[in-house]
Amino acid sequence: MFESNILSLSIWVPILAGILVLLTGGDRNATLARWLALAGSIAGFVVTLPLWTRFDRADGGFQFQEGWGWIPSFNIHYHLGVDGIAVPLILLTSFTTVIVVLAGWEVIQKRVAQYMAAFLIMSGLMIGVFSALDGILFYVFWEAMLIPMFLVIGVWGGANRVYATIKFFLYTLLGSLLMLVAFIYLFHQTNSFEIVDYYALPLPLTAQVLIFIAFFMAFAVKIPMWPVHTWLPDAHVEAPTGGSVVLAAIMLKLGGYGFLRYTMPIAPDAAHYLSGFMITLSLIAVVYIAFVALVQQDMKKLIAYSSISHMGFVTLGMFIFNPLGMEGSMVQMISHGFVSGALFLCVGVLYDRMHSRQIADYGGVVNTMPTFTALAVLFAMANAGLPGTSGFVGEFMVILGALQENFWYAFLAATTLIFGAAYTLWMVKRVYFGELTNPHVAALKDVNKRELLILGVLALLVIGFGVYPQPITEMTHATVNQLLSHLANSKLPGGTF
Amino acid sequence: MNSAIVSDLYAALPEIFVLVMAMAVLLASVFLTERNRYVAYILTQITLLVAAFITVSTHTSGVGYSFNGMFVDDPMADVLKMMIYLATSVMLIYSRSYIALRGMYRGEFFALVLFAMLGMMVMVSGHNFLTLYMGLELLSLSLYTLVALDRDNARATEAAMKYFVLGALASGMLLYGMSMIYGATGSLDISQISSSLMNGVPDHAVLILGLVFIVAGLAFKLGAVPFQMWVPDVYQGAPTAITLLIGSAPKLAGFAIVIRLLVQGLEPLVIDWRGMLVLMAVLSIVIGNVTAIAQTNIKRMLAYSTISHVGFLLLGFLSFNPLNYNGPASAMFYISVYVLMTLGAFGVILLLSRKGFEAENLDDFKGLSQRSPWYAFLMLLLMFSMAGVPPTLGFYAKFAVLQAALQAGYVWLVVYAVLMAVIGAFYYLRVVKLMYFDEPLDHTPIAPQFDVSIVLGVNGLAVLVLGLMPQRLMELCAYAIAHSL
Repeated sequence: MFESNILSLSIWVPILAGILVLLTGGDRNATLARWLALAGSIAGFVVTLPLWTRFDRADGGFQFQEGWGWIPSFNIHYHLGVDGIAVPLILLTSFTTVIVVLAGWEVIQKRVAQYMAAFLIMSGLMIGVFSALDGILFYVFWEAMLIPMFLVIGVWGGANRVYATIKFFLYTLLGSLLMLVAFIYLFHQTNSFEIVDYYALPLPLTAQVLIFIAFFMAFAVKIPMWPVHTWLPDAHVEAPTGGSVVLAAIMLKLGGYGFLRYTMPIAPDAAHYLSGFMITLSLIAVVYIAFVALVQQDMKKLIAYSSISHMGFVTLGMFIFNPLGMEGSMVQMISHGFVSGALFLCVGVLYDRMHSRQIADYGGVVNTMPTFTALAVLFAMANAGLPGTSGFVGEFMVILGALQENFWYAFLAATTLIFGAAYTLWMVKRVYFGELTNPHVAALKDVNKRELLILGVLALLVIGFGVYPQPITEMTHATVNQLLSHLANSKLPGGTF
Repeated sequence: MNSAIVSDLYAALPEIFVLVMAMAVLLASVFLTERNRYVAYILTQITLLVAAFITVSTHTSGVGYSFNGMFVDDPMADVLKMMIYLATSVMLIYSRSYIALRGMYRGEFFALVLFAMLGMMVMVSGHNFLTLYMGLELLSLSLYTLVALDRDNARATEAAMKYFVLGALASGMLLYGMSMIYGATGSLDISQISSSLMNGVPDHAVLILGLVFIVAGLAFKLGAVPFQMWVPDVYQGAPTAITLLIGSAPKLAGFAIVIRLLVQGLEPLVIDWRGMLVLMAVLSIVIGNVTAIAQTNIKRMLAYSTISHVGFLLLGFLSFNPLNYNGPASAMFYISVYVLMTLGAFGVILLLSRKGFEAENLDDFKGLSQRSPWYAFLMLLLMFSMAGVPPTLGFYAKFAVLQAALQAGYVWLVVYAVLMAVIGAFYYLRVVKLMYFDEPLDHTPIAPQFDVSIVLGVNGLAVLVLGLMPQRLMELCAYAIAHSL
């Protein structure tokens, strides 16, 4: 039975664990809630492992499929399935959940059960997004995950949390509702909500462009692309550390995944037609947002802008339509999941001790926290794209892919290796090195075992995938090729482009 | 006895029973002392239960006319009546302690509620302009009185006055429109009007004028813009228990009367009334959602939210097309979901009210999650449901009407509606923000009676559980519409 229901288990184990954690009640049982949450998140991670081990890497289609009729009135199915694009992201999600539960272990003292439950439930919902093969099922997961995130930022966030969380919610809702309209339109064309039926549906260019725009609104906001990125710095800054980690490591990837799963295959001609537009926006994000990151005073804001800049690489890699670029996008998404998550955790470690995120309040942290600084500098280097770290692989693949398409795309994209290094290293210099000026910094204690465990595991992954990215590319290879050959065929009723 | 009369009476058995019981409650309450008031309450609940039993046991999937076509018993009527019983019963459970603390726990209250409900039942089953009008008036007059029942409450009296004057005006308009249709077609019977319109009526101008008045009268009763002015004042001014009554079950009857008049009777004029509904939907959605943002009183906010929900409901009606029933079925689904959500939301407001204290300001919800995590969670579900966020039931309601409107070709209207839904989400989110992100101002423990806590829990969770499994309710609505139109 478990053979065929791995995906359902991956979704529902964390959600049920979350409900169980909620049932522990108030903060009197906080310890129980923590351990239960840890057990739930580990169980959630373990049930996703078979996806990795049993996945047939030679097959680019959907595997582990399961499905039954859910709302027959509208021909809506509970249909799940994953391909090579979804599996790495699902594992990233279930893994990050364990990290997040550990990261909130001592930091969160208020409403512990609700906090832990929110992350567990969110994890299940995000895995649902990655594995849904039915438009409405996807939409339900997609929107439902906003609710726990809204609460996480709003309840455990910083001073300006209400503004940030409402902005986050409304921004995302606006984009998603247009996507819903597109789904309903496609439903009336095919009388089905199955994504596979949409792949096969011929559509005139006008319809494709409109569908592209509707999906673009949903995914561009999520990933986020310039100029609809403004919710992200606010949300990141105000969110508690765990919230920032999930936002950066997973939620942004939902946008990238959406482009690959929905926008491009459903409207391939529009994707070609608008690729110049998409590439322009991506390059603006890569270059301009890097400059914006350079001037930030707040560490979380800096990392948030750096995320937007890195996500520019992801969209760039997708819309140059070659295997190198697209696989580079995938590698970049996974790597960014580890690196940005780790960077936010580092800020969290500092914030828990100093209650400040301002770069100016720090300086000379290396003197009091040597172990921590070593790890933090490693993640910063990965963020800057140093060869040997996972951050380099994705960026390099995308730049190579872009070079095949157009020299100037590659040139502009490559500038990030300079700017990225500039803003990251400048932050490292000001925070970790230099003179000890602040007496509070002088009194800092180095990372404890729990923090060391979290950051250490992430460091191993960052270096591991930097040296040997094969597992990711192997996983995505067949699917990317299949997707690209699908994209090469026009869906216009006439035939050619 | 003549067998035709027997079968006529048989068809109207639930109505007859409710009428008899309403009078019995009124009569019994004369003999009830202060201590025995609960007898009237229990009698009313038993009435609802027995009426439900009668409706179920006389249900057939066919359409039966009685009293020379004045009265119809079809699946839509049966389903709607069942929903009305349920909504009324839940409303009585929620408001019992509220009205007791405000001196309204009297026999008249229960009798008037039963009369109002009888009016709704007649509206649901009316198949003639006169029966429909009679049902509407019975409902309206009972509601006017109920609003004013707390007679020392100046605000409630003012609200009742406004409600009465504007409601009477609306009834007048409706009646005027009906008279013109009668003049043009020579009949008051829904089926005959429809068939004579099919055959073509010489004087189209009179028909259209009559139609305009009918639509305006219905819009008044439903609370659609530009006839919405009474809604916020009445919602705010009426005692919360009565607001709950006005906001819930009568909407089901309002749905039915629109189906009977526009969709069944004036079906051949669909091209004419569709445009009016489009305009009203556009205005209702924007004015309801935008004005709700500015409110500080939650009853008033929910009133504006109702107006925007009516706008969405109209999307379902205006997608009607004689070839398929997607539009009306989605509208019926929408209104049943709406009633469920309204019951829950007002249930929570009633829960927070106590002796001498009306929980009606948004600030009264501050920190509810710390005072009572369970009820805050239920309210959270209800608010997200009203905003139309999955996996709650409210999403499927919006989904149903949007897909119907898109099928009817109103792409721009659908895009407009979803953009407005984002604006609407803001004020529902604000309630969640107050409950979860703010510190409580008031630390009075919340200790509802046992039955209230059970029913409210079921009501709130239903929004989530039915959201995960909406198929049954959708099927029920589709069945009711398909076997009745």
